[in-house]
Amino acid sequence: MQYVDEFRDPEKAKSLLQEITELSARLRKGKRRPLQIMEVCGGHTHAIFRYGIETMLPDDIELVHGPGCPVCVLPMGRVDDCVQLAEIPGVIFTTFGDAMRVPGSKKSLLQAKSEGADVRMVYSPLDALRIAQQNLDKEVVFFALGFETTMPSTAMTVLRAEAEGVINFSLFCNHITIIPTVKAILDSPELEIDGFLGPGHVSMVIGNEPYEFIAHKYGKPIVVAGFEPLDVLHALWMVLKQLDEGRSEVENQYARAVPGMGNCAALEAIGKVFELREFFEWRGLGSIDHSGVRMRKPYEAYDAEKKFAIRSVKIADPKSCQCGEVLKGVIKPWECKVFGTACTPETALGALMVSSEGACAAYYLFGDVEKIHSRRAEAEGAKAMAVAEAGL
Amino acid sequence: MAHGGGGKAMRDLIDDVFVSAFDNDLLSTMEDQARFNLSDLALHGDRLAMTTDSYVVHPLRFPGGDIGKLAVCGTINDLAVGGAKPLYLSCAVIIEEGLEVDTLREIARSMAQTARLAGVSIVTGDTKVVDRGACDKLFINTTGIGVIREGLNLGADRVRPGDAILVNGLLGDHGAAILNARGELMLSTPIESDCAALHKLVDTLLAAAPGTRFIRDATRGGIATVLNEVAEASQVGILIHEDRTPLRQEMRGFCEILGLDPLYLANEGKIACAVPQNEADAALTAMRNHPLGRDSAIIGQATDGRPGRVVMQTVFGGRRIVDMIMGEQLPRIC
Repeated sequence: MQYVDEFRDPEKAKSLLQEITELSARLRKGKRRPLQIMEVCGGHTHAIFRYGIETMLPDDIELVHGPGCPVCVLPMGRVDDCVQLAEIPGVIFTTFGDAMRVPGSKKSLLQAKSEGADVRMVYSPLDALRIAQQNLDKEVVFFALGFETTMPSTAMTVLRAEAEGVINFSLFCNHITIIPTVKAILDSPELEIDGFLGPGHVSMVIGNEPYEFIAHKYGKPIVVAGFEPLDVLHALWMVLKQLDEGRSEVENQYARAVPGMGNCAALEAIGKVFELREFFEWRGLGSIDHSGVRMRKPYEAYDAEKKFAIRSVKIADPKSCQCGEVLKGVIKPWECKVFGTACTPETALGALMVSSEGACAAYYLFGDVEKIHSRRAEAEGAKAMAVAEAGL
Repeated sequence: MAHGGGGKAMRDLIDDVFVSAFDNDLLSTMEDQARFNLSDLALHGDRLAMTTDSYVVHPLRFPGGDIGKLAVCGTINDLAVGGAKPLYLSCAVIIEEGLEVDTLREIARSMAQTARLAGVSIVTGDTKVVDRGACDKLFINTTGIGVIREGLNLGADRVRPGDAILVNGLLGDHGAAILNARGELMLSTPIESDCAALHKLVDTLLAAAPGTRFIRDATRGGIATVLNEVAEASQVGILIHEDRTPLRQEMRGFCEILGLDPLYLANEGKIACAVPQNEADAALTAMRNHPLGRDSAIIGQATDGRPGRVVMQTVFGGRRIVDMIMGEQLPRIC
């Protein structure tokens, strides 16, 4: 397959890995910890595990999994709002697949569906519009989520709904923006990230320029990366080269898909339909300024939050949840107290375990759970010993 | 609804649609049971095998088959993978009121043709009609009996480290065809279900590799599920190689765009089997010479790695776990 097989070539991987190993060994010398490179986007987390890339990297590099998974950062309260909408008689609630499994405080959309709510999976918001046109006696609500990657298609759908005079269609807008997320990571005192792999598909829309502050204000290299395994390795190599040469720049490894200036038509549509919210609640990360979008006034007729009386209760995460720490990369999924025990894909406490891009799901599905448990037991044993020794 | 209540209308429905389609001596006696001479059965082996399955697939018709063909092949295959020669099937249908008789007739004919080609007879059955909404158009249950020849002992717990793992062709076609036939994805693809009766392929395999330990059809949950089940039952590790798993090119594209993993997509004409290493080449050659096994491949082997664990060597050179799937696969978002 074109644009796929060339980027999965194991021979090219070998030479890249050799250079990565040499570079990281040199860069690590004298440091007490391995180099920490964060992949912001959940799609990269998935690719890293799907191809076993972590098993191929040297110990001098640690990959830190970032919060770029729009399903994972959905606060429980917003899921409850979805369920409330779905349970209104006469409403057809349409959503992307993954979001159906995220647990709310009482149930997920999938459970609501099994109890009789009309919840339907769609692949694109245009499918939701079509459903509205085919069911004029119902109200169709589309659960709009995602970073800038999916915003253009939502915006275009609203514009089409307006042009075609569809009135029984609205969206529950949970789109979020990537830049405030990355800034929150950079400002977090718990993290020491040496470089970033930038989100490839978000960048297709917004271009490379928005990341300049990461390189110039915070002095960290960022390389916008594609999603094939060679893309990931290549981008990692580019980050290490920058560190080795004392540079901090925005580079574009995914040039075959990402235009430097972004996609004008997409940005125009987004700008027409959406505006920034003053603040937006993120699961585990709290409230982040200017990180969410809502519909502009001329499109309020398509805003489910205006059409329906949504409860919008803020629900605290379960006490045992350490979703926020995993999302920020402060701890690895397997370091969460409930990973693989109380929290599994079947009995998920948080969205990271059910989303196909969630770090926890990636570790659980592709990683070695027993090894993880024994590593955790070892770490706890070592901690207990250290405490005991300190007490002596 | 007049049909479900017994009496003449029901009798007419059964006669008209099913008996005339299935048409055989055992059925045409129209007793409440089919009767078999035990001595005839004993000619084929020393153990009776019995299996049952219900088929609720929608849509009723899909590229490559329909619910009727599926109901016959699926049950034949469940017998065949145990080494049984499939002989007789029952057919019980639950029909939603309002289903067109022509649709029913078409599906009955499909079942009859599939059974005839497979050399299996449908010898008894039942029809029920339920209120609109009480079932989704048509549900079919088929129960099959077959006979296992003496000395043949296949089992999921019999696999040993070093055994080769083989499949008989391109994986995931049925799952993809059904997903696409539901019409939600709006993708244009020529992928068809691989629905087929596999008992003759199994005979070929067993003749060439009499030491075969285990065979199972990779239906719901795909090849990954079968491998996990056998790894657990035999308490062995399994290592498979991504670059050796046979996939249709269109399937690769379908899965790439949707973010689906073909290892978990259903098959209705594919088996996974474990054979001793020294019989692997013979097994492969024999299957490849059979029309239902042209794309057979050795995809990996059982190992003495962590018992119950299935690992895949990716095309890229790394390793990942292939776990049991939780729930259904859903297409990617971004």
